[in-house]
Amino acid sequence: MNRILVIAEHDGELLNPATARAVSCALAIGGEIDIAVFAQQASAVAASAAKLKGIKRVLKVERPENAQPLAAILAPQIAKLAKDYTHVLAPSTTFGKDLLPRAAALAGVQQVSDVMKVMDAVTFERPIYAGNAIVTVKAPDKPCVMATVRTASWQACEAGGPAEITAANTDAALPSHTRFVELKAEKSERPDLQSAPRVVSGGRGVGSKENFAVIYKLADKLGAAVGASRAAVDAGYVANDLQVGQTGKIIAPDLYVAVGISGAIQHLTGIKDARTIVAINKDPDAPIFQVADIGLVGDLFQILPELEKELDKT
Amino acid sequence: MKILVGIKRVVDYSVRVQIKKDGSGIGTDGVKMSINPFDEIALEEALRIREAGTAAEIVAVSVGPTDCQQQLRTALAMGADRAILVESTTLLQPLMIARVLHELTKHETPDLVMLGKQAIDDDSNQTGQMLAALWDRPQATFASRIGLQGTVATVTREVDAGLETIEVDLPAVFTTDLRLNTPRFVKMPDIMKARTKPLQILKLEALGLQAAPMLESVKYAPPPQRAGGSKVADVPALVAALKQRGVL
Repeated sequence: MNRILVIAEHDGELLNPATARAVSCALAIGGEIDIAVFAQQASAVAASAAKLKGIKRVLKVERPENAQPLAAILAPQIAKLAKDYTHVLAPSTTFGKDLLPRAAALAGVQQVSDVMKVMDAVTFERPIYAGNAIVTVKAPDKPCVMATVRTASWQACEAGGPAEITAANTDAALPSHTRFVELKAEKSERPDLQSAPRVVSGGRGVGSKENFAVIYKLADKLGAAVGASRAAVDAGYVANDLQVGQTGKIIAPDLYVAVGISGAIQHLTGIKDARTIVAINKDPDAPIFQVADIGLVGDLFQILPELEKELDKT
Repeated sequence: MKILVGIKRVVDYSVRVQIKKDGSGIGTDGVKMSINPFDEIALEEALRIREAGTAAEIVAVSVGPTDCQQQLRTALAMGADRAILVESTTLLQPLMIARVLHELTKHETPDLVMLGKQAIDDDSNQTGQMLAALWDRPQATFASRIGLQGTVATVTREVDAGLETIEVDLPAVFTTDLRLNTPRFVKMPDIMKARTKPLQILKLEALGLQAAPMLESVKYAPPPQRAGGSKVADVPALVAALKQRGVL
């Protein structure tokens, strides 16, 4: 019987939705599933985690050092907990990507990155070459399997539970060589880019930071999150945390509207799991049109206001 | 200060990868090979630290087949002082690479090891973190700004929520993100100069390391394709199409 440990991602108060997607991958592997919440005070996050489908136990691992998600602090604790499990999973977000390889090396495990699909308990599909090829890999089952879960490939699991919440302690010795200083997050009232069902993104074609207002306007009309291409971020139109693509966020919304985005391969890698892709671009030969379900060729500064008016009618 | 920079030989980013017909791998015969772009950023940052007077020596390190010497020569032309190739005839995965780099830290005792955050071939994003774990030293992954003050470094990291800043004691492992810098172009005279810079070759077997567990690659396949490509004439048709698909 598989025993699977999923590492919860959270900000100290709220469970990150990426966790529920990792749980879906755990459900596909099958077995007894526990979630570990590392925090200074884990109760609120643990209560949310206990309401996910198919969870046996939620482990609260509370230590003052766990106040921030530092890989150097959490990895030794995960490596200790891993001894009781056949699988350890984390979402393939910057949190999981930073953390899990450190734990895997301590446990002597060759990690599997970005699981898209589970073939059996040790065999998985994962993307390579920026998603231009898919490789099926078989992981050794000893000492255990450690994998990050490509969140865009998995829906959030349903609600369930409530699971039992228990305190767990690891006596792992923790280093003091790594210290959290600050997190500068862009404050936004808009939906979170990573998990929003609708996303409107702007690219170089938007032309300036000021012009990006048209993207925000359409996003607000649709109740959508705002994203951007790497070109737009590099040009300074928006902050880096809005970047969608291979080196930014990989997302899978129901509706993705690409405005003034040509569709570089690394951007397409970040959106190809979207259910419907709309492209608005003045260049009829832009590669974005090859993947878009609905394309409209034209000047975005004329189309967007018209689109807002049309949406008001519906 | 001494900086070790990891250099991986990968299929050039501009090459459209071809999957072998029998699904046994990716075709690399006659394909242009380059330094992994993220490693190039790591090397550029190391060069800037040396140019600022903080570092004295930069050692470029590669682990892989004999041909990796080409990428190490490029690294030397960019400005690395010397290079080490740990030659391996078999394809190695991140945990084993990390073990090799860890072994090198024992001989080289660097103050910093800098690597790209991921390689653009296998996209694993593991080696830096694994090295930091084995070495029992701090890691600062996805670095977009690095500040050094004596034996302490302040690093800004690109994370999903925004920009995170951490402070670490040296020695440490940094992995670099895209916006850290723009690597310099190599000039012809530097390529000539690089030919005489020292490039040491070690055999993997000679390091006496225990082989790491490996993932078995069962099959390579192209990704599922999206059936896109349809266009509409105007905005009302766009809204109608959205309604038809049930997304409005």
